[in-house]
Amino acid sequence: MRLLPGIPMTLQLAFIASAFGVFFALAAALMQLSGNVVLRSIADFYVFCIRGTPLLIQIFLIYYGMGQFDFIRHSFMWPILREPYWCAIFALMFNTGAYGSQIVRGGLLSVPRGQVEAARSCGMSQVLIYRRIILPLAIRQALPAYGNEVILLLKATSLASIITLMEITGLAAKMISETYRVVEVFLVAGSLYLLINFILSRGVAVLEKRLMRHTAAERPSSRVAARGAA
Amino acid sequence: MSSSALAQPVLQDPDLALAASSADAQLSGQKTAISIRNLHKNFGDVEVLKGIDIDVAEGQVVSILGSSGSGKSTLLRCVNFLESPTMGEITIAGETVRTRPGKNGDLEAADIGQLNRLRSNVGMVFQSFNLWSHKTVLENVMEAPVYVQKRPVAECHDEACAYLEKVGIYDKRFSYPSRLSGGQQQRAAIARSLAMHPKVMLFDEPTSALDPELVGEVLRVMRALADEGRTMLVVTHEMGFAREVSNRVIFLEQGWIEEDGAPETVFGASRSARFRQFIAAQPH
Ligand SMILES: Nc1ncnc2c1ncn2[C@@H]1O[C@H](COP(=O)(O)OP(=O)(O)OP(=O)(O)O)[C@@H](O)[C@H]1O
Ligand SMILES: [Mg+2]
Repeated sequence: MRLLPGIPMTLQLAFIASAFGVFFALAAALMQLSGNVVLRSIADFYVFCIRGTPLLIQIFLIYYGMGQFDFIRHSFMWPILREPYWCAIFALMFNTGAYGSQIVRGGLLSVPRGQVEAARSCGMSQVLIYRRIILPLAIRQALPAYGNEVILLLKATSLASIITLMEITGLAAKMISETYRVVEVFLVAGSLYLLINFILSRGVAVLEKRLMRHTAAERPSSRVAARGAA
Repeated sequence: MSSSALAQPVLQDPDLALAASSADAQLSGQKTAISIRNLHKNFGDVEVLKGIDIDVAEGQVVSILGSSGSGKSTLLRCVNFLESPTMGEITIAGETVRTRPGKNGDLEAADIGQLNRLRSNVGMVFQSFNLWSHKTVLENVMEAPVYVQKRPVAECHDEACAYLEKVGIYDKRFSYPSRLSGGQQQRAAIARSLAMHPKVMLFDEPTSALDPELVGEVLRVMRALADEGRTMLVVTHEMGFAREVSNRVIFLEQGWIEEDGAPETVFGASRSARFRQFIAAQPH
């Protein structure tokens, strides 16, 4: 099937954007929760703008907009920034960063105060508390919703076809213009997304099960035995 | 829980044998484990602590009594700066916490490194246990020794196991806290505290969140710790513990120390009408 070569491109867009986007999400969430008014306002504004505008417009703005600025055209980044591939990744990254920040923020807020106090009373430094207590608990809390966000992002990559990227949807559009078999081609394209997202959601479910052992229903004997053998 | 587990000697804790030799260690000549000087704490306009002075000698077991809202938790939390005092001085094992005025008018630690070092000498046991829910019991106990005190993992592991044995939940070491009863969780929290070799242990109503039938197992562990000669500050509503186990009772009332003395004296012949009223209102 001639749509298959689009799969790697779709996956690349989704995974590179979410890999970097998660840092945007974490940074924005931490800024929103920080006591600092300036940091909080910046993060709030970022989230407000991204959530309030269509992704398609954001992609256009980045793709066509950046060339308008001389300092960008002349910067060493220009060879990257003029590539539709990287423009799409930037747009998707900003986008998922904004939505993700709200999920991460919820996760951070869900961490029980008492567990943080216990860590403080042990003499843990703030960095250690984040690393050992707060982030692990927040990640566990945020995981299901974040998995959903990655699925949304994967579907959003189809918009990248509009700036000439030949991912699944881009290839489909090209095929249709050559064959005029609209329904068949889009059915196949849709099935490909369905398949990818099925695998993705299974992966998230497995990860969730692993990380949520501490809340899952218990079979005590098997637990201890499994651990003892490990 | 088997009492034999508790009868076992503590691990290689060199200064323990010394302290254990005299349960009535508060008499003269003892080193001061904790000294609280002129401690004030305001929440907004409300003055919760109005100038508290307490010196706790090594090996002393102090019960802090008081009606709800009298400031007992706040006092305990000010000792390790979980709450920032508004004024005052805290000295732990001879080292005074360096402070400076913070933003909201309370004091804050001037040297976070020092504060964290001192905190690791002060174990705290909470009413709601506060075990780390994503870690097993064993991981909870090993966490601070490994990551804060940076001691060898194997040593921490063996020691953690010994402490869990001591509090009677060794067989639960691979369980997550959510699978334990309240009494077991609290004993795990005590083991977690012990694993740092604290010089002082703070208990904030350690049995108040427990079903009545689980209170006994936690009190037995605490009694064993007292018998070992550990220095303990215990906020409690257990009058039996205050009378029989502790060797000093402090009664807090509206931010003041209303009574302070040996249990026999305080319970036997308190002149404070408020204290007598408080005792009369207790279930025991
Ligand atoms: N973070 C806070 N902000 C505002 N007020 C507080 C705060 N913490 C405690 N207080 C107030 O300080 C007073 C003393 O509280 P504290 O928790 O020390 O009492 P307590 O003696 O421990 O009571 P209890 O027996 O109910 O635990 C109470 O009136 C309480 O409402
Ligand atoms: Mg309290």
